[in-house]
Amino acid sequence: MKIMTYAEAVREAIREELLSDESVYFIGEDIGLYGGCFGLSRGLWEEFGEERIIETPITEGAFTSAAVGMALMGLRPIVEIMFGDFVSLTVDAMVDHAAKYHFMSAGQVKVPMVLRTPFGSGTGAAAQHSQSLEAMYLNTPGLKVIMPSSPRDAKGLLRSAVRDDSPVLFFENKLLYRTSGEVPEEEYFIPIGKGDIKREGSDITLISYSRMVNVCLEAAEELEKEGLSCEVLDLRTLRPLDTELIINSVKKTGRALIVYEAPMFGGFGGEIVSVINDSEAFYYLDSPVKRLGGEEMPVPYNPNLEKEIVPTVGKVCGEVRKMMGESYE
Amino acid sequence: MNYFEKTNDEKKIRLYEIMLTSRYFEEKVNEMFMKGLIHGTTHLGLGQEAGHAALSGALCKEDWILPTHRGHGHFIGKGGSVYSMMAELLAGSYGIDKGLGGSMHMTDVKNFNMGSSGVVAGAVPIAVGMAFAMKKQSKDNVVAVCLGDGAFNQGMTQESLNLARVWEVPVVFFCENNLYGMSAPASKFVAGDITKRAGSYDIRAVKIDGNDVIEVYNAVSEAREYAVSEKMPYFIESKTYRWLGHSKSDLRKYRTREEEEYYKNLCPVKRYEEYLLNSGILTEKEIQVYHEKAQQEILDAVSFAEKTRGNILTLEEAKKYVYSGGEDR
Repeated sequence: MKIMTYAEAVREAIREELLSDESVYFIGEDIGLYGGCFGLSRGLWEEFGEERIIETPITEGAFTSAAVGMALMGLRPIVEIMFGDFVSLTVDAMVDHAAKYHFMSAGQVKVPMVLRTPFGSGTGAAAQHSQSLEAMYLNTPGLKVIMPSSPRDAKGLLRSAVRDDSPVLFFENKLLYRTSGEVPEEEYFIPIGKGDIKREGSDITLISYSRMVNVCLEAAEELEKEGLSCEVLDLRTLRPLDTELIINSVKKTGRALIVYEAPMFGGFGGEIVSVINDSEAFYYLDSPVKRLGGEEMPVPYNPNLEKEIVPTVGKVCGEVRKMMGESYE
Repeated sequence: MNYFEKTNDEKKIRLYEIMLTSRYFEEKVNEMFMKGLIHGTTHLGLGQEAGHAALSGALCKEDWILPTHRGHGHFIGKGGSVYSMMAELLAGSYGIDKGLGGSMHMTDVKNFNMGSSGVVAGAVPIAVGMAFAMKKQSKDNVVAVCLGDGAFNQGMTQESLNLARVWEVPVVFFCENNLYGMSAPASKFVAGDITKRAGSYDIRAVKIDGNDVIEVYNAVSEAREYAVSEKMPYFIESKTYRWLGHSKSDLRKYRTREEEEYYKNLCPVKRYEEYLLNSGILTEKEIQVYHEKAQQEILDAVSFAEKTRGNILTLEEAKKYVYSGGEDR
């Protein structure tokens, strides 16, 4: 094992895929000499040159659609969208085209591409550079959506995503970029569609993805001091969803709290409530399933307000205590 | 250069056959819609047959095309089978897309037809990406993408022209200016001149009479030669006219019947017939035979499609085409 940051893990995944398959191309704005808006692609341009590192004009819609065209022709493009907010400019490419070509042609063509993008709040960049827009894509059959929380998962899943024959959206929380973790030295892949138990527990299941997994893990530490045992599930892939992992955990604990950064209304949490309600896990519940999501407002510029609108360790602990109710008292 | 003069009579007759097949196919589809024999909607290309025959006629087999939603004629032009297209319109599993695509998405990979996008201008950037891939794969081929006067105003088209030029890729933009984007007249909604606007990207751009199959053939031949040798984009504005309404429900209130008559007198099929007669390539009698042959082929296609329309994909079979690995969720 070696220790590396999340950003380094993403870069290593891109680099190793570029090395292992010459049909892989890395495409985006300012990813060459500049090294990427978040410094993530530093060194790739020097190593692979402009033959493989394809810089673009500021034209997210067209170059993402162009990547769909490349994928139709057998290339495996990795597209970087500088900020997760700008995926709105690529909806036509991903939702109307990438997700549909295989189906509409009854399997005559496929679209093996990855769109990866840094998302989330906490950098003081205000409402148009801080959103979590994954829910927009979850209601589109044909797309896969991956949101890893650790360097190890990020690398292993990104490599799997590049090799997948369907279009994949890969969301990276930018506050995770500088977090570190253990990553295997040897080559490895993490399968798409498999969640992970990040911490075992018996009283309640905290279900989360991306950066909020870390918030849940910290909350679980806190609550352990109070004698509460939390299981923390990291979904890692949102579509296809590892429903079995959720169901088995909730059957064991009897309680579930879903934690995510995006605004709660219309977010992914509601879907997980349904997964539980529609399964036998429902009959094991000791209290209603709860969600903890972002506030219903655009991300504010003021740093105090910005911190307040997303779930925090304190909020998770508070919600868990409430859910444990009398049995906890 | 007069590329058309250099072709043999067989080729010249082949262009004529495609025009006739397109004409009779669309007339038949129109009739079947009126009788309620086909569901959904369709966009017919009657009057635009010169482009259907000459665009693909001047390309090589391995050159790709991406037609617009008004794409039946181009499907025929690229060598597609009217049997599988008619079967697709009747939504049976013998259709080119097994009944999953329909009128707007006739993908025919074995004839290098990527199919249409139902989103106006949606395929334009995809074509740029396909051309990028071809260049990377060292293929001496081009991608030809159709767009209309309406699509020309889309930001995606303008982004694509820029991207094609700065990436220097062999794509032929074939703008079928039929004077109307649905009900919106180009004279009212297109600022400036389409050819000049395209040319302002430092892209070679020509305006031609799109109802003259010989002129279209020459223009596309030149565009192809240039795009392949220079690895550069080329833009053709092919002026034509859509005889029928935008789709089957169009009452054509936005134009006069006199105007329609005027353009019908410029019929591309009749004009080419005159040429074939005057140049001694075909006799009146032979022309009659070609008409009958084309009509019979369409009747046979209808009877095939009607006979097989009962064969439909089950829901479970359709689900297998959502993801390229055959996963259904």
